[in-house]
Amino acid sequence: MTRPLSAPLDVGFDYTRSTGPTLGRFLSDLRRRKVTGIRGSDGRVHVPPLEYDPVTAERLSEFVDVAATGVVRGWSWIPEPLEGQPLDRPFAWALIQLDGSDTSLLHAVDAGTPDQMATGTRVRVRWRDERVGAITDIECFELSDGPAADPVEADDVTMVTTPVNLHYTHSASPTEDPFLRGLMDGRLIAQRCPACSKVYFPPRPACPTDGVPTTEQIELSDRGTITTFCVVNVPFLGQRIPPPYVSAYVLLDGADIPFLHLLLGVAPEDVRMGMRVEAVWKPREEWGPTMRNIDHFKPSGEPDASFDSYSQHL
Amino acid sequence: MRPAAVVGTGQTHHAAKRLDVSMAGLCREAIDRAMADAGVDWPDIDAVVLGKAPDLFEGVMMPELFLADALGAVGKPLLRVHTAGSVGGSTGNVAASLVQSGVHDRVLAVAFEKQSESNAMWALSVPTPFTMPVHAGAGGYFAPHVRAYIRRAGAPEHVGAMVAAKDRRNGSLNPYAHLKQPDITVESVRASTMLWDPIRYDETCPSSDGACAVVISAEPTSSRAAWIRATAMRTEPTTFAGRDQVNPQAGRDAARALWQQAGITDPLSEVDAAEIYVPFSWFEPMWLENLGFTDVGQGWKLTEAGETEIGGRLPVNPSGGVLSSNPIGASGLLRFAEAAMQVMGTAGDHQVDGARVALGHAYGGGSQFFAMWVVGSERP
Amino acid sequence: MRDVAVVGFAQTPCVRETDGTTNGVEMLVPIFHEVLGSLGLTKSDIGFWCSGSSDYLAGRAFSFVSAVDAIGAFPPIMESHVEMDAAWALYEAWVKLLCGEIDTALVYGFGKSSAGHLRRVMAMQLDPYVVTPLWPDSIGLAGIQARVGIEAGFWDERAMASVAARSRAAALSNPLAQLSGNVSVDELLASDYVADPLRRHDCAPITDGAATIVLAAGDRARELCERPAWITGFEHRVDSPSFGARDLLTSPSTVAAGKAAGADGVEVAELHAPFSHQEILLRQALGLGDITVNPSGGVLAGNPMFAAGLARIGEAARRVHDGSASKVLGHATSGPLLQQNLVCVMEGRE
Repeated sequence: MTRPLSAPLDVGFDYTRSTGPTLGRFLSDLRRRKVTGIRGSDGRVHVPPLEYDPVTAERLSEFVDVAATGVVRGWSWIPEPLEGQPLDRPFAWALIQLDGSDTSLLHAVDAGTPDQMATGTRVRVRWRDERVGAITDIECFELSDGPAADPVEADDVTMVTTPVNLHYTHSASPTEDPFLRGLMDGRLIAQRCPACSKVYFPPRPACPTDGVPTTEQIELSDRGTITTFCVVNVPFLGQRIPPPYVSAYVLLDGADIPFLHLLLGVAPEDVRMGMRVEAVWKPREEWGPTMRNIDHFKPSGEPDASFDSYSQHL
Repeated sequence: MRPAAVVGTGQTHHAAKRLDVSMAGLCREAIDRAMADAGVDWPDIDAVVLGKAPDLFEGVMMPELFLADALGAVGKPLLRVHTAGSVGGSTGNVAASLVQSGVHDRVLAVAFEKQSESNAMWALSVPTPFTMPVHAGAGGYFAPHVRAYIRRAGAPEHVGAMVAAKDRRNGSLNPYAHLKQPDITVESVRASTMLWDPIRYDETCPSSDGACAVVISAEPTSSRAAWIRATAMRTEPTTFAGRDQVNPQAGRDAARALWQQAGITDPLSEVDAAEIYVPFSWFEPMWLENLGFTDVGQGWKLTEAGETEIGGRLPVNPSGGVLSSNPIGASGLLRFAEAAMQVMGTAGDHQVDGARVALGHAYGGGSQFFAMWVVGSERP
Repeated sequence: MRDVAVVGFAQTPCVRETDGTTNGVEMLVPIFHEVLGSLGLTKSDIGFWCSGSSDYLAGRAFSFVSAVDAIGAFPPIMESHVEMDAAWALYEAWVKLLCGEIDTALVYGFGKSSAGHLRRVMAMQLDPYVVTPLWPDSIGLAGIQARVGIEAGFWDERAMASVAARSRAAALSNPLAQLSGNVSVDELLASDYVADPLRRHDCAPITDGAATIVLAAGDRARELCERPAWITGFEHRVDSPSFGARDLLTSPSTVAAGKAAGADGVEVAELHAPFSHQEILLRQALGLGDITVNPSGGVLAGNPMFAAGLARIGEAARRVHDGSASKVLGHATSGPLLQQNLVCVMEGRE
């Protein structure tokens, strides 16, 4: 059997994080080329500052200025940096205890080669030129026993934007695969459950009531009945056509489950539950392994189906 | 199974964007209130249960891990529940079971959502390859089922607006509610924009930042306690051939088990207040039927007769409900906590006089995950 | 309290990449049939279902929702889900059984790690304000811990390679393992670093897979299983997320969970150690001495995320079921650098 179809799935969003007062102070100070810690219940100075004490769970509030220089307490070497990491050339991840702090901060050290790195090595912050109030205002640390750059003035920040970009490969299921390949030829392939005999369109990895893969393939026509619908009047992120339009559940003839699709070619106020419809396909050259090959459904002109004929699908 | 009770509740001031706090600060606002209400301190807490809807909403994988300090969970057991929109309710039920089983004496349950970190519409509609894009947006999934309900029950069109007006007015009595609209009327709801016909703008829930916390204990910590008389959870697939999407069997089964466990034979007479998960107004009559408060097709009549108002036969969502505040992951625990507040007599201006038995209800996914509890003022 | 036992266990082969979807259905259907069939049960005999999985592993919200299709969840079922390794779903089910309402529970976990870039996905577990924006990868982070241990004299690269070699050799008897074979420590040490001081063999492989366990209480357990693995201690704890403030050479949550669960006297342990040095650390935290650890090969031989912890408990229980041990321990971990740990101690009774 051929492998099921697969395609890239990118999950990307710029998250907007309100910092609250504690992290806001830390990030604002980074913008000023200053590093601030916070004193915990046991007297230790934590960098980055913790909002709540790990021992007592109490809110912490005593900020302590620490240096932008410190000592490597542990490290690993990254020969091939990954997307989003601080440096695009080989570097060290290091836990760095800043002078005046009792805990260690994780960041990158631009050491060139691993033989330059050692636990106990002195490092200092390399500040980014354009600072926005984020942990990435520290471009990285560099090997040096000299002093760090002097602080500068900058406004407070209360928000930090965190871009997240992850990349996945999404695979269709083996049962979905013939359905998708059928669509590429303009065919509607459903599958029947061997246990309950219900016809699923689109097919599922397993029959949801019997927990067994569906196996028998059935080709359906592109006509069906509207079971229920709504009129979309609202614009929203990612919308493809201007409202108002009708989003409807279509029960294809011979299928036992309806699916959502677009209903056009009729005024929204004239759409009815039970209306008979037929598919309007996109031009063949635009077809792919997707239900989008059907541009929309439109009324077929047949008389409405009786309520009893679809009421068990609501 | 030994008895357990809610001994303290707390919630945040819910708002579209709580830009003054971090995620930890948001959780602690609710936690600190719940612990103060219960009169307990961190050493009194044996375990923590955190509930939250999809991790993509805040862009943190398993956020309970980075929140462990703020949750006071270090050195303790910490569980993270995720059962879609019903998660707040499931969080309450899992925390209850930790006490009922005898494993722990006192458990903190917390649920939160900080929707302003991202955009829920985006998170729920990441374009998955080969999958038909939903042309309908958030309410568009549920609107066709509302239409089906109206047709099946023969309900008059104004019932949805009545629910919305009632819940928003109730919300104006709740100091923590996101939306407070004391002057809203059935007419003004009906005049609002039709978003997903048959659902109007004023009939939909807001998008909120918020958190809720409850302390559940084997023994009372003060003179007030909401004893957990029953819990129930049921699940069915999102869709299957012949599925009843209006009156799902999972909800009916959960309710039947719940009433039986609570020793309730006539819910409408025996329950004094109900906090039901109603994100779109029409779900009030739909769930009244699903929960067995009325026969099938009759739920809207209870609403239309004004019996679900505070002072009616079964006040529904005296807090203002999900229509007034919707921090998704916390919404279910808010229903559970508000039910407890009613029987503890701590609901303030939205208190139902003499409430002794109350329902907390949550659902999620495509109306497929149900979690419920019944609390009472009497020790079982 | 009622007595509750592990009575059934099944898992998929551990493989680098499956053809199926991220919702796990294709992996779960066969192991549900296997575990229920081996006990003579059908889905309607199960009182409670509970699962563990992750949306970020799958790359989409509500990825666990479709997984219930594998059950055939109609008529409706009593069900719950944790966004954690399924070992914690097992804990939730155990608590549910202790409540007395039900007598059987089926727990499952699944993960298709191959769908995304696991080293980057796991960065999403870190502090979202001051750590994740640097995209620290899971292997780079573990490398720091390994070096701290090497420099403190807790282990060395040879000891780490020995753990890997022993795991792969043990996996020769595990037909579901992804990596197995007789390799010499010197061969392993001759390979390049992935993240100095970690080499490929020190890191658990990327694995797709699923696992399931059936729990039963009291007489029901005795009916279903000749030698049930009775749960005599089940505990979990979490540590602070601030790993820069933590002593990375111990695991307070593991120590506390092991002590509370009664780890003394176990004969076999299955430890969830995604990096070779972490097995050494965990063995010490649990006071296991030189008993047999990871006879299955452990996660260095196959690491299906969100199912691997559950599978450790299943593998440990199997030693009780087959009579080869009378007291065993299964361990699961979660979070960066062993932040959260769970210990399940099980015993056979004559």
